[in-house]
This record gives sequence, structure tokens and C-alpha cells, in this order.
Amino acid sequence: MIPVAHSPHAHAPITVGKVMVMVMLALTPATMFGFWLYGWPAINVWAVSLLAALIGEALVIRLQQRAVLPALMDGSGLLTAWLLALSLPPWAPWWIAVVGSLFAVIISKQLFGGLGQNVFNPAMAARVMLLISFPMEMTTWITPAPFGSVHSPGWLDGLAVTFSGVHVDAMASASLLGHVKTEFTRGIGLEQALSDYYAPLDALWGNRTGSLGETAALFLLAGGLFLIAKRIITWHAPVAMLLGVAIPALVFSSVNPAHYAGPVYHLLSGGLIMGAFFIVTDPVTSPNTVTGQFIFGLGCGLLTWIIRTWGGYPEGVAFAVMLMNAVTPIIDHYVKPRIYGRDRKGVAISPVKPIASTGKES
Amino acid sequence: MKLFRLRGGVHPESRKELAAERAIRVLPLPERLFVPLQQHVGAPAQPLVQVGDRVRKGQLIGASQGNISAPVHAPTSGRIVAVGDYPAAHPSGLTAPAVTIESDGEDRWLETGMTTDPFSLSPEEIAARVGSAGIVGLGGATFPSAVKLNLSRKSNVRTLIINGGECEPYITSDDRLMRERAAEIVEGVRLIRYAVGATEVMVGIEENKPAALAAMQAAAAGSEVRVLAVPAMYPMGWDKQMIKALTGCEVPADGRSADIGVLVHNVATAYAVRDAIRFGRPLVSRMVTVSGGAVAEPGNLEVPIGTPVETLFRFCGGFSNKPARLVLGGPMMGIELYTAAVPIVKGTSGVLALTAREIGSLQPAPCIRCSSCVRACPVGLLPLEMAAHIRAGNSNGAVSRGLKDCIACGCCSFVCPSHIPLVHYFNFAKGELMAQERGKLKLEATRKLADERIARMQRIERERQEAAAKRKAAREAKEREAKQKQAQQAAEIA
Repeated sequence: MIPVAHSPHAHAPITVGKVMVMVMLALTPATMFGFWLYGWPAINVWAVSLLAALIGEALVIRLQQRAVLPALMDGSGLLTAWLLALSLPPWAPWWIAVVGSLFAVIISKQLFGGLGQNVFNPAMAARVMLLISFPMEMTTWITPAPFGSVHSPGWLDGLAVTFSGVHVDAMASASLLGHVKTEFTRGIGLEQALSDYYAPLDALWGNRTGSLGETAALFLLAGGLFLIAKRIITWHAPVAMLLGVAIPALVFSSVNPAHYAGPVYHLLSGGLIMGAFFIVTDPVTSPNTVTGQFIFGLGCGLLTWIIRTWGGYPEGVAFAVMLMNAVTPIIDHYVKPRIYGRDRKGVAISPVKPIASTGKES
Repeated sequence: MKLFRLRGGVHPESRKELAAERAIRVLPLPERLFVPLQQHVGAPAQPLVQVGDRVRKGQLIGASQGNISAPVHAPTSGRIVAVGDYPAAHPSGLTAPAVTIESDGEDRWLETGMTTDPFSLSPEEIAARVGSAGIVGLGGATFPSAVKLNLSRKSNVRTLIINGGECEPYITSDDRLMRERAAEIVEGVRLIRYAVGATEVMVGIEENKPAALAAMQAAAAGSEVRVLAVPAMYPMGWDKQMIKALTGCEVPADGRSADIGVLVHNVATAYAVRDAIRFGRPLVSRMVTVSGGAVAEPGNLEVPIGTPVETLFRFCGGFSNKPARLVLGGPMMGIELYTAAVPIVKGTSGVLALTAREIGSLQPAPCIRCSSCVRACPVGLLPLEMAAHIRAGNSNGAVSRGLKDCIACGCCSFVCPSHIPLVHYFNFAKGELMAQERGKLKLEATRKLADERIARMQRIERERQEAAAKRKAAREAKEREAKQKQAQQAAEIA
């Protein structure tokens, strides 16, 4: 039998693998910076995450009796693990990375039907699972100890930190959002809590306590802009998410600055920049249309701000994204592009009064 | 002039540089021409010739059938050697009825009269002559042009748009025609305008053809024809896209452009109209681009209708390397050829021999819902959702998401990073729906016949009973009469 070749007989030079590689490329500067900042243990956590994801995914694909190599080659599992690794404490024990990665690729992705079928962002689902199950390990942060500094562990010490849980008391610290939340519960006001703990410039450059991916806002921003320039993602969801956080922060902080933090503090804290450019832009779990993506991003931002401000957890990006993931089918149901020659409801336009083109369309 | 914003579209690598600078050459007369009887939308033409007949160039060999149809003419002089099936340009490699002409090498025209002042003809006469010249939409739609002219005149079309978009990659036949024969095209455009009584004429040409724009602007100077540059993007040549770019109006879904007072014709059609009206010459040849990475010397040829595709490739130096695929038309919407014996038809703007690298197709991967297809769709559909429904065997679900509005332009498949053959899905589902419709019609016809039979049987039965009752009544009446008579006689006796 002759295989049927169907038009078009040309194709844009793009594949799923290329898309994933581009995203990983965009993550590289921020990741490298994180490695430098937190030393060997961070590299170990990252490597263990990726390895665990590869092995876990290969196992499931074998169980499905599909060809393993082509399925792994799309790079989606690696990217998921990479994003998860960036959201973990850099000195987390190895098993946190392994459990998280396996949960991400097996439970959140493959059990839903594999690539393109998962409802929730696998990296965020895994992070939420880890945070709920292992709150101790997931909130033990350390102050930065860049390569070359006295506190930076050597290669062997790094292995010890990751694999045998050597405790490093002297280094323990709290992330900015966590610190503020703790101080709040002790009745200490925002201004005082921030006074010796917060410097916006340090946040921009990433020289502060946190996970790999929440430190270098500038590097993550650069990666995000690179993806927009390469047309891998559009600006709608990221900008909407940043607005969703910045607008309420601006309004509330101008009304009561002693109690509510300002937009700069919020924008440069936690996983917001990484979430805006690398998580809410996940194609699988976000809406189809750019208008839908804008609504989705706005919802993610707003929920993040609400959880940070009034919730029990200091950071809310992962929870916000998962909540909005669940809403995605509803957004897709209501937000659809207008079809040529029809109105928004899908009824053919009237010949006597044709609609003239009006600006932006979803 | 302000142009209007368009939705979607893609920017495939144009590859027009392969043939754009090659002037039109006339293909030497082939020995045999295979002229299909259906080269247009509508009913196929009825053959008027038999094997052994001698024909002149331009002689009618297939008569138009019904309201929407077009006649077919002999592309050269010679002898009819066959009337029957011949390989057609069909993705399944089907055959179609065709007339085979053996050329006598003289290429002698049937004597036709020149019209010195075509504008002295009545608009109806122009439409009639366009119809009898067998002119169809040469942009590829192949809708009979005369039908469009008559419809437009009756529905008071105000705006005539001439489509010089030519957005398909590789294809340069309209580009060359506009560069080399602009004056003839403009005359054809003015004839069409006169035939439909339009008040405004715009020629839209993609801005990536500056030479064609300049030539057309020069030729149109001082006339009512305005030549305008439109953005270079695919599918700019989609008539409804061109209408929106130039007028800002949209054609209603399920409607015609005439509904909003617009008529669209292709530049090559305008050229053919001028030939038909001024010289009385029917459509027997057209410009064809021969291109693709596997063609030794790409170019633009003036080709008699019915020339086998292989003749064109041979004339262009054959293949420089083994082609991975032969395509009739452009790469975005053209169909794959299984044999190069297929003839050139009225709607063929190009033939391509593509290398595997140019096609760039890979094994389909799972959809990652990236919605590139949604952004690329010029119609505003959700290709990923439609495909998901079709894959689940639910063609009707795809219809509710706009399947019937799909124009099969291929933008979605082109941009899909997972290389999912989306257009293939949609065409498959459209075929399914057509089969369903046909099945429904058949069922209805059967039911109607059955109902009629039942009604007929009932009627016969009723009539039989009525007749029986009548007979019985008559008999009883007679008996009654006889009895009465007997009684009367008895009474008389008594």
C-alpha cells in the first residue's frame, strides 16, 4: 500500500523536542547562577532530579510496551524535573528530589495519559506534594555560600550534604517570604521584619536565601524574554501573572503600608518570576487562546498574592497554578476565537451589516 | 491606503526565488494531450467528439452540462485518439474521463472573429462569451467564471477585487504574468468590471512582488483600476482574506462574497477573459511554475491544457536529484501525484518536485496543546480540539467547533511542533460527514419510496373494495328492484 501524503508538503522547522530544548536553554543562566550560589549540593539535587525523572519515565513507557528512546527524546520529562529541581531547597536530601521527580513524571503525567494529557503542571503538583508531606525538608533553606567562599562545601562534602543528610546548622536560614510570615505570627510589623532582611537589589541579582529558581530574578527574566523573542511562549500569561500580583500589592500597600508589602517586594520574591515565565506558560495545562491565557495568568497571580497575604503558607505560586490548572477547561469552554464570517456566538454575520475588522482578536 | 488587520496566517519560507526571475517560456507542443472533461467545480462536460475526429485548436470538444459547469476546448489541432479514462490529479490515483488528442504539429486555431471594441458588447454578452470560452477561476478554485459574473451583476456588486496574492510558496506563475503581461491583465480587469457594473476596482498584490506591483501600477495608471500592496503572508490569496484586507468586511459564513457586494477574480482569470473577449480564444493554455529542490532548472512555462506533468519536468532539465514527492499545486494545499502522467488542468498553477528536506515531515507526536495552530488559523478555529474529537470518532463534535468553516489551508499542520497531520484529519472528517449526508439522503429516498408503495397498495386495496362495494350495491339494487317487481306483479295478480 502507498502511504498517503497529505498537504501541506512543507513544515515549519520545529519539533516538540526543539521547544523543550529552547526552554531548557532559557533556564540555563539562572540554573548556572544557582549552582554557583549554592555549590555542589545544588548540582547534586538537580542531577538526581533529572536522573530520577528519566528512569521513572522509561519504566512507565516500558510498562506501556512503547519504544522508550523516542518517547524520552522529546525532553518533556527532563524539563519537568529541571523545573522541579529549581523549586527545591538547594541543599535538600537526595530522596526529596527522587520522590518529587518520580511523582511528577509518573503520577502527575504518565498516569493521566502521558505527554499532553496531564491536567496539572507536573512540577508544581510534585512540589505541592513534597511541601505537604515533608514540610521540614522543604522549608530548610540556607544562606548563599558561593563557590570559593569559606562556607561552600567541597565536592565530597557536597555529596555528604545531599546523600547522607549531614546537618549544617550554621548555614540554616529562612527565605524572605517565610521570614516575613514567621515575624508576622510573632506580632512583628512588616517594616521591622524587612529592615535587616530585604534588599531589592540583592533580590534582583539573586544574592539571597531561597530555592535555585527563586534567587536570580534577572536571569529568569532574561530567559523568559528569550522565549518570547523566539516565539516559544507569548507575553500574555506571564504579564498577566505579574499584574495579578502587582496590582493588588500596589493597592493594598498604598492603603496600609505597615501591613501589606509593596509590588516590588512581591514581584522579586519567591517563585513568581519563574512561575510567570516557565510555569504558567506550560502549554499542556494552560488555555488555548491568548485571551484565555491572559485570564489564566491573571488568576494565577491573584491567587498567589492572596495565599501569600492571607494564607497559611508563605509562598503560593504552586498552589495558585494548580488551582488555575483545574479551571483551564472552563476558560477554554468560554473563551474561543471568533470564526471568520460569524459573530462571537458562532452565528453567521448578517450580509447587510458586515463587521469591520476590530483590533485584537484572541 | 489603510489595510485592515487579519487573523492568523503563517510565514512559510517563500522559495519563490527558484523561479521568480525566470521569464515565461512557451512549452514546445507535446505529441499527445490528455484533456480531462472535468476541470472545474460542477458537472463534468459532455464529450462532443469521437475517436478519429479531426479538431482545430480552440474547437469545442466537451459541452457544458447544467447550471454550474464549463465547456472544454481542444488545446491544439490534431486527431482524437481516445475518449475515456485517464489518470487524474487525485490523491487516491483515480482516473477520470478525458479526451486524448494527437497533435498534428500545426497548432491551427479555429477561425474566430476579433472584437476591436470589446466595450461595445453588452455585459450579458461578455458573461456569455466568458462562459463559452470555458474560463474558470484560475487561482485554483476553478469555479466557472461566467456563473460568478452573472450572479454578481444580478446582486449589484459594487467592488471588484482582483487577487494577485499568490501566497503559496514556490509558485510564481501569476507573478511572472503580472510582470510580463500587465497591460493585458488590466484590460481583462476592466472588462470584468464592465461586465458586472462594479464602481470600485482593486488589485491586491503581496508586497514581496515589487516588480509585479510596479508593472501593474504602470499598466493601470490613468484607469479606474487601483493596484495595492498587501502583506506577504499565507493564506493572503484566500479570497475572503483578500476581501478583509482590502475592504475590512467579512463575508458571512455559508455566504458568498456577492452578499457583501464584492466579486473576486484571479489575475490569470482576468488575462484569460481578455483573450476570450478580444480574440474569441477559449481557455486552452495557462502559465505553470515548475519548481522544487529536485528540479534541475526551475521556471515558468506557458503550457497547453492536457500536457502531462512529466513533459514539463523533462523540459526543465529533469531532476537534479531524486524527488521525494511530486506535488500538483503549491506545497501548502497541493496534492501529491503518484504518477507524473497526470495532465495539467485549468486550475494548475504549478508542479513541484520536492526533496525530503523541503517537505520536512516527521512522525506525528502527541499534541502538547501549545495552541500554535489556534494562533495560525486564519479562520479562527481550534484545530487541536477538532482533531481530538475526530480522533475519538466524533466528527459531529468537530462540526460544533467549526469544521465546516475550515478551508484546509494547512496553516495548522504547518506550524504544529508535533507534526500532527491536522488537515488530513479535517478532510477525513469532512468526507465522513459527506458520506453520512449521502447515507441520510439515501435513507430518506428509500423511506419515501416505501411510504409511496404503502400508500399505493392502500389505494389499490381501497379502490378494489370500493369497486366491490359498488358492485354489491348494484347487485342488491337489482335484486331489490326484482323483488319489488315481483311484489308488484303479485299484487296486480291479487
